[in-house]
Amino acid sequence: MRILRRTLLSGLCATAVGSAIGCKKPAEGASAGDGGTEIVIGHYASMTGSTAHFGQDTDRGIRMAIEAANAKGGVLGKKLKLVTLDDRGDSAEAANAVNRLIDVEKVSAVLGEVASSLSLAGGRVAQKRKIPMISPTSTNPKVTEVGDYIFRVCFIDPFQGRVMATFARKNLKLDKVAILKDVKNDYSIGLAAAFLKSFTELGGAIAVEQSYSQGDTDFSAQITAIRGTGAQAVFVPGYYSEVGTIARTADRLGLKVPLLGGDGWDSPDLFKIGGDAINGSYFSDHFAPDVATDEAKAFTANFTAKYGQAPTGLGALGYEAALVLIDAIRRAGKNDPTAIRDAIAGTKDFEGVTGKITIDAQRNAQKSAVVLKVEAGKAKFETSIAP
Amino acid sequence: MTQFLQQIINGLSLGSIYALIALGYTMVYGILKLINFAHGEVFMVGAYTGYYAAGALGVAAYEQHGQNFPLYLALIVLIAAMAGAAALGVTIEFLAYRPVRNAPRLTPLITAIGVSLFLQNAGMLLFSPNPQRYPAILSEVRFEVFGVIVTNIKLTIFVVALCLMLGLHLFVQKTWTGRAMRALSFNIDAAKLMGIDTNRVIRSTFAIGSALAAAGGILFGLDQITINPLMGVLTGLKAFVAAVLGGIGSIPGAVIGGLLIGLAEQLTAGYLSPAYRDAITFVILIVILLLKPEGLLGVVRVEKV
Repeated sequence: MRILRRTLLSGLCATAVGSAIGCKKPAEGASAGDGGTEIVIGHYASMTGSTAHFGQDTDRGIRMAIEAANAKGGVLGKKLKLVTLDDRGDSAEAANAVNRLIDVEKVSAVLGEVASSLSLAGGRVAQKRKIPMISPTSTNPKVTEVGDYIFRVCFIDPFQGRVMATFARKNLKLDKVAILKDVKNDYSIGLAAAFLKSFTELGGAIAVEQSYSQGDTDFSAQITAIRGTGAQAVFVPGYYSEVGTIARTADRLGLKVPLLGGDGWDSPDLFKIGGDAINGSYFSDHFAPDVATDEAKAFTANFTAKYGQAPTGLGALGYEAALVLIDAIRRAGKNDPTAIRDAIAGTKDFEGVTGKITIDAQRNAQKSAVVLKVEAGKAKFETSIAP
Repeated sequence: MTQFLQQIINGLSLGSIYALIALGYTMVYGILKLINFAHGEVFMVGAYTGYYAAGALGVAAYEQHGQNFPLYLALIVLIAAMAGAAALGVTIEFLAYRPVRNAPRLTPLITAIGVSLFLQNAGMLLFSPNPQRYPAILSEVRFEVFGVIVTNIKLTIFVVALCLMLGLHLFVQKTWTGRAMRALSFNIDAAKLMGIDTNRVIRSTFAIGSALAAAGGILFGLDQITINPLMGVLTGLKAFVAAVLGGIGSIPGAVIGGLLIGLAEQLTAGYLSPAYRDAITFVILIVILLLKPEGLLGVVRVEKV
């Protein structure tokens, strides 16, 4: 209940702040024209707070791409400058940050956020002020529906559900799969619905659909019910901490089938909580650090050399979002938000780290997803599935 | 049938944990007529004390080498957590409840809610809000009886809870302090006139109730795999309902109430929908308050005006 109140409050603040600043005359906040010696790019992210590693990883990826471009002499003869503002994982702060990036820092384009709810808050501001925004990792379909200035370089949830259904049916040759979804989480509900639709279309059957609520710690009733149905696998499109507990409960109650999931699993905590029980499970993700394309290898090597640790999917997509933006600025030929927007919309077969990117009419990236297998506490590349 | 038995086993082990926590509510209420809403947080602190005690005793090294954590160390963890929680319970009583003991009944109740919120937020600050995996202070052994899976953890929970409850029953019935507790619960002023040191008895009540909650916390961590600083909120409320269901103030009532709530929750989640698992507890609370407000084993007391 307390959490609910806080969300409501921050929602109210977001509306209040958004409308207060949105009322300003457009001339006051006009963005940088063609005259400056540098092109300013804004990034808003959760650099502190409970999802701090989302923001920090993404920012590292973006910074790497910008430094590389500057080392090659910049873009359109100008240096790129990155300004990162912290939104502390709060949607009101996300809206504030985007306003500040546009008004104070005079950015030409905005990158961010990881969480879909924050991208929605920031995206509404960017759309209103007609500054192009690219979200590296928000997969909720609603994010790019905000308007024609909002893009993303990742796939969307319905696609991810389809990927796992295809993988379960075609690669694992399963006939009967149970679903265990988080009914408090739109991401989980969306993935479960997409999985159910695709899996039954491919001739598979859903053994049973069970649910839990984010924050639950006891899953034994659901696991016991699933065990009785003879399901060959369980699709659990949730976040890592519950998934870890679910894996251990399943192991404890003798449900010895692989679990399947989505990019919400991507955290070292999954292996910490799930332990041995999570081995042999599969999840779809944006990027496999051990995958063998040359771009990915070079990126992983450079990232590891620079920051002393291997990149996560978030770092890779931050890097990629910045690459797409830099490429668009180059093709736009001038430092003008509308021209940059048009250039981003025209991105086609751009060779990124996580695969070829084509921006479609809905401003989403058409790209393939990877399926990772958990082995000995590590995620390993299993296969790649094209859109 | 197998599935039904499995749900019953799961429900009994969950219910034993509720029962251990419910005892703390019922003992304090029996004596002070105070609903100690901070009790759920004492349960949480107990679980974390166990978590850190196990860490200090090197549980990680045992886990890494695939060795079992020695039983005597596990007992030390249990005792450390119970002692830590008892100290916290006594401190809360001394700092927060004693100054308002003679105030109108609403005052200590609101104080209790304040303490509860304070401890939840202090927990998030100190222990971090992220869920932590509970260390394997008891390595799991699993056996199957007619297709029903029973683990030593579930059995231990049941047995430890039962032993502690039996111990409490003997303590209250057979010892001098126990007799004093019963005297206080009848009439605190008359007990004082008979020369009973009421402060001392109240202190021991808080200490014992909190220690039992800490044992519940460790068993909860073992059973539910992760712990977090807000784990006491819902679990505490359910245990409170268990105490009301059994008849608040009655020790056997708390045990029966806890087991019933655990079973009801598990069967609802298994056969109706997991979405109603928390709701069923409060439906039970409403029904019991309407039909039998004194609870299953409670006694009706005439309030003198």
